[in-house]
Amino acid sequence: ILFIFEQYFCHIVLSPLIPEMATQEVQLNETLAHLKSESESLKSKLEEERAKLHDVELHQVAEKVEGLGQFVMKTRRTLKGHGNKVLCMDWCKDKRRIVSSSQDGKVIVWDAFTTNKEHAVTMPCTWVMACAYAPSGCAVACGGLDNKCSVYPLSLDKNENLAAKKKSVAMHTNYLSACSFTNSDMQILTSSGDGTCALWDVESGQLLQSFHGHAADVLCLDLAPSETGNTFVSGGCDKKANVWDMRSGQCIQSFETHESDINSVRYYPSGDAFASGSDDATCRLYDLRADREVAIYSKESIIFGVSSVDFSLSGRLLFGGYNDYTINVWDVLKGTRVSILFGHENRVSTLRVSPDGTAFSTGSWDHTLRIWA
Amino acid sequence: MTINTLAKGGWHREQMTCFQKMEKVIVAMQDPDMGMKMRNQRLLITVIPHAMTGKDIIDWLMQNYNINEEESLHLGGFLVQYGYIYPLKEPRCLVLRPDESPYRFQTPYFWTSTRWPVSELDYAIFLAKKNIRKQGELMEYEKERYSVLHKRINHTWDFVVMQAREQLRASKQRRKADRIVTECQEQAYWLINRPPWPLNAMICCSNTIILSVRAYVLMCRFVKYSEQYQNHDPIMQGCLPSNPWISDDTAHWTMNAALVPIPTRLRVERWSFSFMELLSDAMGRQEFMMYLEKEFSAENLCFWQACEEIRHGESSKIVEKVEEIYKNFLAPGAARWVNIDSKTMDKTLEGIKHPHRFVMDDAQMHIYFLMKKDSYPRYLKSDLYKSMLSKAIVPQETKKSVFPFVRRQRHSSPSPAQAAEDSRSKGPQAGSD
Repeated sequence: ILFIFEQYFCHIVLSPLIPEMATQEVQLNETLAHLKSESESLKSKLEEERAKLHDVELHQVAEKVEGLGQFVMKTRRTLKGHGNKVLCMDWCKDKRRIVSSSQDGKVIVWDAFTTNKEHAVTMPCTWVMACAYAPSGCAVACGGLDNKCSVYPLSLDKNENLAAKKKSVAMHTNYLSACSFTNSDMQILTSSGDGTCALWDVESGQLLQSFHGHAADVLCLDLAPSETGNTFVSGGCDKKANVWDMRSGQCIQSFETHESDINSVRYYPSGDAFASGSDDATCRLYDLRADREVAIYSKESIIFGVSSVDFSLSGRLLFGGYNDYTINVWDVLKGTRVSILFGHENRVSTLRVSPDGTAFSTGSWDHTLRIWA
Repeated sequence: MTINTLAKGGWHREQMTCFQKMEKVIVAMQDPDMGMKMRNQRLLITVIPHAMTGKDIIDWLMQNYNINEEESLHLGGFLVQYGYIYPLKEPRCLVLRPDESPYRFQTPYFWTSTRWPVSELDYAIFLAKKNIRKQGELMEYEKERYSVLHKRINHTWDFVVMQAREQLRASKQRRKADRIVTECQEQAYWLINRPPWPLNAMICCSNTIILSVRAYVLMCRFVKYSEQYQNHDPIMQGCLPSNPWISDDTAHWTMNAALVPIPTRLRVERWSFSFMELLSDAMGRQEFMMYLEKEFSAENLCFWQACEEIRHGESSKIVEKVEEIYKNFLAPGAARWVNIDSKTMDKTLEGIKHPHRFVMDDAQMHIYFLMKKDSYPRYLKSDLYKSMLSKAIVPQETKKSVFPFVRRQRHSSPSPAQAAEDSRSKGPQAGSD
């Protein structure tokens, strides 16, 4: 259609204007203007239709996929021991131990299988919002309102106070919101309320790289499971999810479709995409190669924000911990809600699937942690 | 086919059917008995084998499909437009001329249908090659795309340039006629399949369809991945012999420990999903190392592992580790010398003078992709892997307890911190992973 209009255009402009038909000239100009605006509106309509064509949604492609049956998941363990709200937890690579941190400054290492507590540390600050298990299983990192991230080597000597060997690694100018070891015990990635993320050398406490780009507090981060292993994603109060190159410190991709703070980001197992959970009560899936959002997981009956998300091992299920005390299980491909799990008596603040995918753990403001399978 | 059907993905089936039909025609045209008579064509001073003239194509179509010249020209035109046949003279002009103009069949490797989705990386490498070969040879639209790509995938640009140089070097070793043919094939392929940005409003139909198909194929990746891993997902399919959290029995963990005499079948299958799966499993890595030793290329994996230790290790040990790597793998006459292209080697050696955490990145990536593209596929076809697969255990499912309310005793396990302390006290001989 556009071709025809452009040709018509040219024809009018190029055809010789006879002097006697001055009035006709004026009419012609009006027609030209009219045609021009019509062609502009047609152009934008074409763009719209074109956009509709190539913005294929994930659930459309997944129509032919078999639906999931009923899911029966129950609480298999309840870990009691924290004296206040549980804020964060992380799994050990041995698939059964976890570390958790709470508002009262306590950091506990559990063997979740037996529910035994194995280590406990009291931090000098309250609101320990971040904790992480080292890949070797020999140390944990944590931090919060102290603006720092500290590493505690786990000693088995019952008499030894873990706090004695504590190593201060990261220093931010505001609270620590999340931390994660990279592929080894030697480097830690942190995110902070000061709006930045940073990569630190554990041994020396040296800052290796800093990441600037968020316009507000950064609340979460996740490392990419890729072959070249050099990127991570962060989410913040500026509603943006940013993908960063760890070597250069540059932001290589940015996504802004959430309507409120992003509380949690987690990579899809293949590393090609990531999910986010936000205060706007939705979870979303972003495809890194298509460079856009490809799915929204929401329901009118879900009103409260998502605090934490994680994928099952195959990436088919997305688990979300919500501020309304529930866990919603989503079919990642079809976009439908598969199951809702009740159990916690206050908001779910943290959720992680175990390293071998056999279970997932949740921590809550009701002071407990639960293991679900 | 309405806009609605288009949006729902109906067009994709239609487009693919067209390709299948075109491919049928092409295959018929190359049939040894009933197909086209091909001959050597002269292009300037070089002789290109297996070529045909435009007139030949039209005659064959007329004869074999019982159509007139106009229809034959029309059909043949599509075969050229979609890249199944490409012109040798004036390669940018994708038109079928009913005269002595020479044409050639595109190799199936470069068929649009086989190569989807088009990779940005491949296109960047292609443009880089063109740029290196002759400065200023890039067309206007190619220059635009080159700079867009340069910005978009800037973090892997060194790799792009390195690959381009490698490919150019490899092609120089071929006969001139073969080289020209491959260049023509590649040029024709990218003419049709180039990534369609930057976009402007005056898009032609095929570009729109390509965009949509690309989006569709990208989405299919999620479906494929989930299907592949479904059986390995304990929450979805359960796990054998039982899920420890449900049955209180840790047999599943014992059977899947880091190093076991005989691994489970699911675990060995997973090694075939991707090179990264194989390398991230301690046992998989061990098996692969054994295979490489048989092939006398174990130094590649050793080199890769040593580089990983630099990347993720203590800052204070970087200098000494880099020196070790140089001594063992890079120095002339080194005991386990690795085969890296000279450009990367030069760059690495230069970088070693001022060692830092990422100084080995290029060399490491080169060796990684070498193993991935060469040794890994052959390992999967090897007897070593196949015998491991047949030996592997498929655990029996534990029958649910007759008295479900009687809880099993939950045994504790040694803490990783304990294991580390034990190995430290035993001394360096008791080395772990």
